[in-house]
Amino acid sequence: MGYVAVKGGTQAIEESIQRLKYERVKKGKVMEVDSIVCGMRGLIDQVMSESSLYSETLAAIAIKQAEGNPEEAVFLMRAYRSTLPRKHYSRTVLSDDMRVERRISASFKDIPGGQILGATTDFIHRLIDFDLMDETEEDAKQWLHAFECQVEEEGPDKTDLNKLPKVLDYLRAEGLISECQEDDEEPEDVTRTSLNFPASRSERLQVLTRGQTGAVTAFAYAVIRGYGQLHPTVGELRIGDLPVCIDNPIGDSDPDDAYYIGEIKVTEVEMLIPVTIEKEHGRKEIEFDIGYGICYGQNETKAIAMGILDNSLNTDHPEFPSQDQEFVLFHIDSVEATGFVSHLKMPHYVTFQSKLDSVRKTRRNRNEEREGENR
Amino acid sequence: MNIAYNFAFFDEGSKREIRRATLKAIAIPGYQVPFASREMPIARGWGTGGLQLTLSLIGKNDILKVIDQGADESVNAVNIKKLVAKTTGVKTVDDTAEATLIQSRHRIPEIPLHEHQILVLQVPLPEPLRYFEPSEFITKHLHAEKEYSGSWLMLFEQIMKYGNMSTDADHPVMVHDRYVMAPSPIPRFDNPKMDHSDALILLGAGREKKVYAVPPYTKVVSLAFDDYSFEVERFEGACCRLCGAEDVFLDELIQEETGETLHQCNDTSYCISRLNEGSASTTRTAAKIGGVAE
Repeated sequence: MGYVAVKGGTQAIEESIQRLKYERVKKGKVMEVDSIVCGMRGLIDQVMSESSLYSETLAAIAIKQAEGNPEEAVFLMRAYRSTLPRKHYSRTVLSDDMRVERRISASFKDIPGGQILGATTDFIHRLIDFDLMDETEEDAKQWLHAFECQVEEEGPDKTDLNKLPKVLDYLRAEGLISECQEDDEEPEDVTRTSLNFPASRSERLQVLTRGQTGAVTAFAYAVIRGYGQLHPTVGELRIGDLPVCIDNPIGDSDPDDAYYIGEIKVTEVEMLIPVTIEKEHGRKEIEFDIGYGICYGQNETKAIAMGILDNSLNTDHPEFPSQDQEFVLFHIDSVEATGFVSHLKMPHYVTFQSKLDSVRKTRRNRNEEREGENR
Repeated sequence: MNIAYNFAFFDEGSKREIRRATLKAIAIPGYQVPFASREMPIARGWGTGGLQLTLSLIGKNDILKVIDQGADESVNAVNIKKLVAKTTGVKTVDDTAEATLIQSRHRIPEIPLHEHQILVLQVPLPEPLRYFEPSEFITKHLHAEKEYSGSWLMLFEQIMKYGNMSTDADHPVMVHDRYVMAPSPIPRFDNPKMDHSDALILLGAGREKKVYAVPPYTKVVSLAFDDYSFEVERFEGACCRLCGAEDVFLDELIQEETGETLHQCNDTSYCISRLNEGSASTTRTAAKIGGVAE
């Protein structure tokens, strides 16, 4: 009988996993995935957006497994995403085709098609609603019935929500912002090739839309507070469903043969950013730049922040870290940032021993020097 | 919802792509090849670069060993081993000589590796020039132009400040007289093992999305000056309290009761195999003398 390695690590992990499960279920109740889908729209949207994986059901399972911790839920979703082969690429999706639920402009009061407030927390008072403590499904159903009756009474709205004109098109027609060319170049895929700098716009937009909500917001806040000197305006913010189609896999790319595979809800933002342009003889003029943001689900702050950063990163001469592509794009990913910060919990015995040796060596040399001088 | 995972977690397309990056890395020793690093079921910074290399390379007949800071039984090593075993069903071992694929964090095993083994090292920061240049765009240019004054100046400044090179783990090396490379945070003690190694050494940085390699029998030199030579960690006559080994990397332990400093092999499987060799000969002798069946 020889020596065997002590299997401490294996056992410790098993026990820790047990304990984790205990923490999740110890109160004797489990949360149904269905109730997460029905009641945690905000968290689901955030998790889907940061994971860049659109599935409410998967997000709900991940949220359940992660006990509601978004960083952990996003991690689960991203790891699952790695196992999915790319079977199809969708046809180009045009945001003009959005079935709009909410749409506002901060630039103009009267926009063609009108402002549509839709569902927003912007104008609720943030007072905790203690009635929710005892809300029952029966209450919800009653309320829903009354609401639906009211909608029916009022009759259908005249506005065609499927074909609302873009606010920016209106500005273009007025000549207030310059025309922009359609860019039909195949976008680079940051999940299939790693970033090179300077990053292309398609790469920048992808990294921003996958970014951790808090990180994207914080960097954009820095831009408008002073590290970027911008005061942008929301040209248009819209939320709604976009249809996604794929080409017939055995046919050509005739749009009439394309298959409709479903729809995704997104938040889309077009920011207007005033810039000073130097004309001939030092004459200066103000023009509007565009910043574009789009996220899965209803993630308004993040989409606006993305629009600000899209514009902020669109410079070859960064003055501030918030304009530096590497500084922003390398540090806003949830999985990467949380992973590397948390890795500090791992043992560093060898590296520390090596550091210790180095410190001792330096001291030893110093002492020897000093002794030499004294002699 | 019942979803099964593919062999070795990834879809085959992803594995092939990582292997292509790996082949390029082997063809250009020491050059950091960017690759489309995937998110893994373990956290970024916890060995995802190494794990992706392992999963892209592993076949059904491979024998896997995973170590973390020298130990097979460290929680993170166990966790990685568990994931690979769960998604592949391959045999895992502690014995370094028996393994065909060895994934390691911050150590190269004590026993020399052989031709039929691949060592995969986990890398937190693959860019050796990052200490003095934060921009990836610029470091890429510096490598392309073989402009390594920064590395030399870094070491020179350490000598000016501290009287010697004060690097700890991850002391930069020159590979094949071309690229300065971060050997990953292995102690300086392990740097010489990279030089003309019989085994292929692959290095994977998951979060930083880079793969690089030291092919077998490649020249690897730790950066140093003629008058300030490269020095490995010294243990001043200390030996392992268990197996008595001397010329190995030792962990420093403090005995709670006496406050005495003790040393022990950092490479746990090396220590155990030495102990077993010792005990095997004694038992055999004992068996012979007492006539007891083994």
